[in-house]
Amino acid sequence: MSRASIRSISGPVLHATVSGPFRLREAVEVGPQALLGEVVRLHDDEIVVQVYEDTTGLRPGAEVVGHGLPLAIRLGPGLLGNIFDGLLRPLSGADSAFVAPGMHRAAPSTFAFEPRVAARDTLAPGAVYGIVTAASGRAQRCICPPDVGGEVVAVALAGDYREDATICTLRLPDGRTHELAMGHHWPVRTPRPVRRRLPSIVPLVTGQRIIDCLFPVAQGGRAAVPGGFGTGKTVLLEALAKGCNADVIVYLGCGERGNEMAGVLEEFPQLTDPKTGRPLMERTVIVANTSNMPVAAREASIYCAITVAEYFRDQGQDVALMADSTSRWAEALREVSGRFGELPGEGGYPAYLSSRLADFYERAAIVETLGGDHGSVTVIGAISPPSGDLSEPVTSHTKRYVKAFWTLDAKRAQARFYPAVHPLQSYSEDARDLAPWWAANGNGDWLKLRRRFLTLLDDQAHLERMARIIGKDALPLRQQLTLLCADLVNDAFLRQSAFSPVDRVCSPRRQALMMRLVGRFVDLAEAAVAAGVHPDRLGELPSLRPLQRMGEDIPDAELARFAALEANLDRDFAELMRSHGAGDATHR
Amino acid sequence: MRLTAEGAATRIEGPLLFLRRTLDVGLNDAVQVVGGDGRTRLGRIAAIDESFMTIEVLESTSGLALSDTVVRFFGEPLTFGLAPSILGRVFNGVGRVIDGGPPVAARQTQRIEGLPINPVQRAAPRDFIETGVTALDLMNSLVRGQKLPIFSGGGLPHDRLAVEIATHARLRHESATGGDFAIVFAGIGVPYDSAEFFRRSLEQFGALERTALFLNLASDSSTQRLLTPRFALTAAEYLAFVEGKHVLAILTDMTNYAEALREVSSSKGEIPSRKGFPGYMYSDLASLFERAGCIRGVKGTLTQLSILTMPADDIGHPIPDLTGYITEGQIVLSRDLDRRAVYPPIDVLPSLSRLMKDGIGERYTHADHPALSSQLYAAYARSVQARVLASVVGEEGLAATDRQYLAFGTAFENDLVSQPEARTLEQSMEAGWRLLAGLPAAELTRLSDAQIAAHVAPRGAVRADAKR
Repeated sequence: MSRASIRSISGPVLHATVSGPFRLREAVEVGPQALLGEVVRLHDDEIVVQVYEDTTGLRPGAEVVGHGLPLAIRLGPGLLGNIFDGLLRPLSGADSAFVAPGMHRAAPSTFAFEPRVAARDTLAPGAVYGIVTAASGRAQRCICPPDVGGEVVAVALAGDYREDATICTLRLPDGRTHELAMGHHWPVRTPRPVRRRLPSIVPLVTGQRIIDCLFPVAQGGRAAVPGGFGTGKTVLLEALAKGCNADVIVYLGCGERGNEMAGVLEEFPQLTDPKTGRPLMERTVIVANTSNMPVAAREASIYCAITVAEYFRDQGQDVALMADSTSRWAEALREVSGRFGELPGEGGYPAYLSSRLADFYERAAIVETLGGDHGSVTVIGAISPPSGDLSEPVTSHTKRYVKAFWTLDAKRAQARFYPAVHPLQSYSEDARDLAPWWAANGNGDWLKLRRRFLTLLDDQAHLERMARIIGKDALPLRQQLTLLCADLVNDAFLRQSAFSPVDRVCSPRRQALMMRLVGRFVDLAEAAVAAGVHPDRLGELPSLRPLQRMGEDIPDAELARFAALEANLDRDFAELMRSHGAGDATHR
Repeated sequence: MRLTAEGAATRIEGPLLFLRRTLDVGLNDAVQVVGGDGRTRLGRIAAIDESFMTIEVLESTSGLALSDTVVRFFGEPLTFGLAPSILGRVFNGVGRVIDGGPPVAARQTQRIEGLPINPVQRAAPRDFIETGVTALDLMNSLVRGQKLPIFSGGGLPHDRLAVEIATHARLRHESATGGDFAIVFAGIGVPYDSAEFFRRSLEQFGALERTALFLNLASDSSTQRLLTPRFALTAAEYLAFVEGKHVLAILTDMTNYAEALREVSSSKGEIPSRKGFPGYMYSDLASLFERAGCIRGVKGTLTQLSILTMPADDIGHPIPDLTGYITEGQIVLSRDLDRRAVYPPIDVLPSLSRLMKDGIGERYTHADHPALSSQLYAAYARSVQARVLASVVGEEGLAATDRQYLAFGTAFENDLVSQPEARTLEQSMEAGWRLLAGLPAAELTRLSDAQIAAHVAPRGAVRADAKR
């Protein structure tokens, strides 16, 4: 343990005179309230400390204590279903309605433990030594820390234990003994090691059609959601947290609104996990640094969240991390950097913004864990670009590291067209790799239909520009048809209300059926127009409205109704062609 | 504990006063700086080291001298003495009574910086507030505990709208605003007549005895401007979370606040970010706007309605931009509508209430409210598109449907947004259904068949008959 004495303080940055060794990035406790801080610079006999909490009331002469360890968090079974602050200290269980500075630790809870090893077994780093079960019935694995391995000396019998009690004792190769509890500490800025990384070939099924069908993200992939205010970033991220098929969700509210966190906390326990049918909250860990909580902790919160995600990945789970919003994290980085007097780069951000973003997004992966399982961390980061300008530094740097990019469009949001993902300004590099998965899941034409829809939407943008000059009616019939079809793709397929009980989440099966049906309409319509039918007559088909509303009207439980809809569609077109033929005949 | 340092000043630079450190004091502690002119100024300790301390003086530093400046230390951060009797009183920007009456006998004091509400202890805001304004009630509903700013511009009637909302706001089926309702008004750098307009209007509606006014006039020091909303919100939090009242806090004009922030930041020599505003403006604004909400087990609520004037009507300017990222939506006023005598001139397309989804629907307002509002939004957005088209090719060049949309758009602005008097939610919904009846049923893809049959079709028939 080393000590230092504060020499000067300004905002969250303090200088202290040391009487003992300190390391760079060492975690320290500051002053009588034991505020948490981190050593960011060393100078002869002086350290510079970044304090993660409000420094009001601190005075020169107060003590700084270091334990020689980097900023680390405690990982364990108590994480799931709970909410933590930016430094992974529990927010639930506090008795005051307000968050005051100073350390607070959760009372350890009790879990049922069942050993998976016996004395004299050899335990490798990352290996499972037991299973713990929470009161809710959800089982989690106890894994050996990635940097510890040895021979089991003793292991507790099956039974209920506190999460911080020693349940397994190891003899390390060097002869020392090491005690293991249900969880362990891990430094947040160090990625947890894995055996090897695997190629991503399975999508993270989000239940959102525009994402799964047009701009999918692979498990272990990285996606970014940029959008100005009011375009629905948070709603989209929440919808993904509710509907995606990950085993564990880590939701990071980074510099966002307190009421949103309250909403999540209120809503998630009432919703069910689409994968297990259990309350959604049981698979969720929330890390919240709301916009009025200390800025310095915001910088650390993103690392805490991804470390938690990696911890569950190492248990062989598929994890999705939603970070809302990475711009607030970058701004915190900028603010802290400014306090250190570093030279500002583009937009006032420090020059290392890009490499920090890369470090963060690179921690997303699908891997073979040290324990030999498969696990993944998918990262989805929201970006809040100032005035919606996508050329700003955070967006442009992020673009280099993500493979799926979902641009939210203010125009769509203003028409309350959600999700407001702009089909022409978004992309997914994962799409080609994921086609085999779709083929195996009932949509062999996925890549073809996807291309078709995107082309229609692209053409629509061109034609609307033209229509603005010459009027819609003056367009050739085929082009009028393109506009009609593109409208249908938007209205019938891409629009999906996050608040609709029916359409909130769309299963891959239903997505495939809807995609095929819209594709079918486009085929039939093109054939009809080629045969001389005026596109306006297509707009009058009785089955068009059911088609437009199928997302709202046909729930996952009644998929058979799609076949009926398709039959109606075919009949309407057959009717149309017949009457058209007849009409032609009478005209002649 | 009150300590004094006399003649310890070594340097004065803008709002910053440098002192030799003769006492053991903490960061952010409040101080009183008394100059040779006898005036007292509030300040706080911005930085300390072993031998010196830096004091940020929150009022004008002109007239201070190094030799005769006396600094009194409070030994704690700035606080505000509070009691229920602050209602009906008028304070200046630093919480001193200026209505000529006696000082408030404080029951408790609170730090003006406040503390962040623990998200776990927050209750999600749900209570729909009926404001009487259709563009809000029907299209962008306000709920108790929400922070919803008005994005306005110079010369637009935002003050009038704010007063109308403040005096009309009530829960549904509540006959009048109850006795547990209070208003905290903070005028930040506002001209005298604007402050007077609020005071007079509140008086007219008999709401003055339920209001605490905090006035920092345009002529007052700009450093003080940074404190005004903090004192006001501390009072609002006290009334809401200690006294259990439903508080509506009106902060106007946040643009003046942000300008003051820029001024103080640059005088401190900080590295500027966008348009010269400090890089921490987001966090700073959030420390104000986040002081709204509902707390579990506490009866009172704190709703914020702040007004900001967008410089050059630019919604991308850092002030509205950062505000929009913090607040739960925004109400945007339009100069174009105002010119066309539409009152209230609310531009519904860029307006948004993020908490609307939680406060409307079957359990709160009406089962068809969400679908109706979504359909109106879709149709109005389409009508605006049609208008752009018509401006080039002319109305005659439009397809029949687009012409219907064009008519819809005009009716939407003149008959729905514009309103001569307050409407109940039922009246607002009625107006909405009536408008939709002017569109072909096939276009109403956001309504279910049942909704069309129940609400639109009958009105459509009436309308067609009436025309003939």
